[in-house]
Amino acid sequence: MIRVKNVDKSFNGTQVLTDISVEFEPGKTNLIIGRSGSGKTVLLKAIMGLHDVDSGEIWFEDKLFNKLDFTGKKEIRKEMGVLFQASALFDSLTVEQNVRFPLDMFTDKSPEEKTERVNFCLNRVNIINVNHLYPAELSGGMKKRVAIARAISLNPKYLFCDEPNSGLDPLSAILIDELIKELTKEFSMTTIVNTHDMNSVMENGEKIIFLSDGVKCWEGTKDEILHSDCDILNDFVFANALAKKLRLEEE
Amino acid sequence: MLRFLSQFGRYVLLLKKVFSKPEKPSIYYRQTMQEMIYLGFNSIGIITIISFFMGAVITLQTAYNTENPIYPTYLIGLGCRDSIILEFSSTISALILAGKVGSNIASEIGTMRITEQIDALEMMGVNSASYLILPKIIATLLFNPVLTIISIFVGIIGGWIAGVTAGVITSEDFIYGIQYAFIPYYITYSLIKTLFFAFIITSVSAFQGYYVEGGSLEVGRASTKAVVFSSLLILLFNVILTQLLLS
Repeated sequence: MIRVKNVDKSFNGTQVLTDISVEFEPGKTNLIIGRSGSGKTVLLKAIMGLHDVDSGEIWFEDKLFNKLDFTGKKEIRKEMGVLFQASALFDSLTVEQNVRFPLDMFTDKSPEEKTERVNFCLNRVNIINVNHLYPAELSGGMKKRVAIARAISLNPKYLFCDEPNSGLDPLSAILIDELIKELTKEFSMTTIVNTHDMNSVMENGEKIIFLSDGVKCWEGTKDEILHSDCDILNDFVFANALAKKLRLEEE
Repeated sequence: MLRFLSQFGRYVLLLKKVFSKPEKPSIYYRQTMQEMIYLGFNSIGIITIISFFMGAVITLQTAYNTENPIYPTYLIGLGCRDSIILEFSSTISALILAGKVGSNIASEIGTMRITEQIDALEMMGVNSASYLILPKIIATLLFNPVLTIISIFVGIIGGWIAGVTAGVITSEDFIYGIQYAFIPYYITYSLIKTLFFAFIITSVSAFQGYYVEGGSLEVGRASTKAVVFSSLLILLFNVILTQLLLS
């Protein structure tokens, strides 16, 4: 369980997050949605501790994460897996070395055990026979899957995904969404996904919060989102022609 | 002034992070070995070429400026040796390396910053500053003295070949000159300067790359700043160290 309480964040006097409070539940895919510039990434990075918040609290279980020192944060970070928007694979390492990196850094497993774990994680994300390739040699979808494999290599309790299907074709995007959903259930992780893709929302949104101009405007599930009376949310959800058509048909 | 102090403070804090206890020494050792090849061994070529021609030019210029029968010709060899040891192999090589290695470090770390690779390291609980910068500092501190020694030898050989080929000095006189009144401390002085310059090049360039914000344009700017600030600091410390070590 991750709890965010009354979080405020500003950059150079510009308020980016205002009084955000939300609980993210384990075993669920929690989504943060909103338009570009609404503060989704800042909120996600604040939860991960990459941005210090101006005020408020971020709790991981019973630990007040944003007040911990570097060592305390480091311990919790070992339980986090992160999928960055641009995958953030290490350019100088091969696929295998990328997935192996957290194992080399934080475990005392034997080389055979590490190789076994690497292969398990790569197989789990359906990446086969590319262990020796470098990130530059992979497609966008493959990079995302390798990044997921790296994120789950240490069996994390928390998974954070920043726009996991940005830059992907619709089919690859669906595959990544399904993978995140499956892994969340399989490993009982608390997963937080940052997205503005409505397909992801309708596929994965077990719990959704909607941000607009740094303010949490709405909270609910994928079943409730289509029937909200929040105008800003409706503008966002029914922005594309297909969604508008579906709504008209429903009405 | 305030901006300078703020940047200096950030630089000191970064160094504090860099020199904290490594997570896994075996991985840092492996990284250091790789950086020695990447930043040190791969610089041998450029240092060799530059030193050779540097030595050649010093010899020819010394010869053409001492065309007085009062001066014995072996002084050309002596002048070449001392110029190379005292100044050229340490300072000029450092300036060349600031361009090659410094821009490389700044752009590599800067690109890692803008593509969120540094964030990924931090998220894994890795001290990114230490993991990325410490092996580079150790590698250059260990390997740059080797480059300086190579530069001294190649520079003197370049001077010898140029002097003899141009007919400004005989081989015997040159060899006598490079042995004449040799002060071994000059080598120590040169190597001490090299260590300072290696630290400046690596740490200043890494600092520029580590705090890049924005995109590829900013990485390019950081790379340029790395070369400019490293070069300026090398020249400044050259004066300070010369005064401290030779006075």
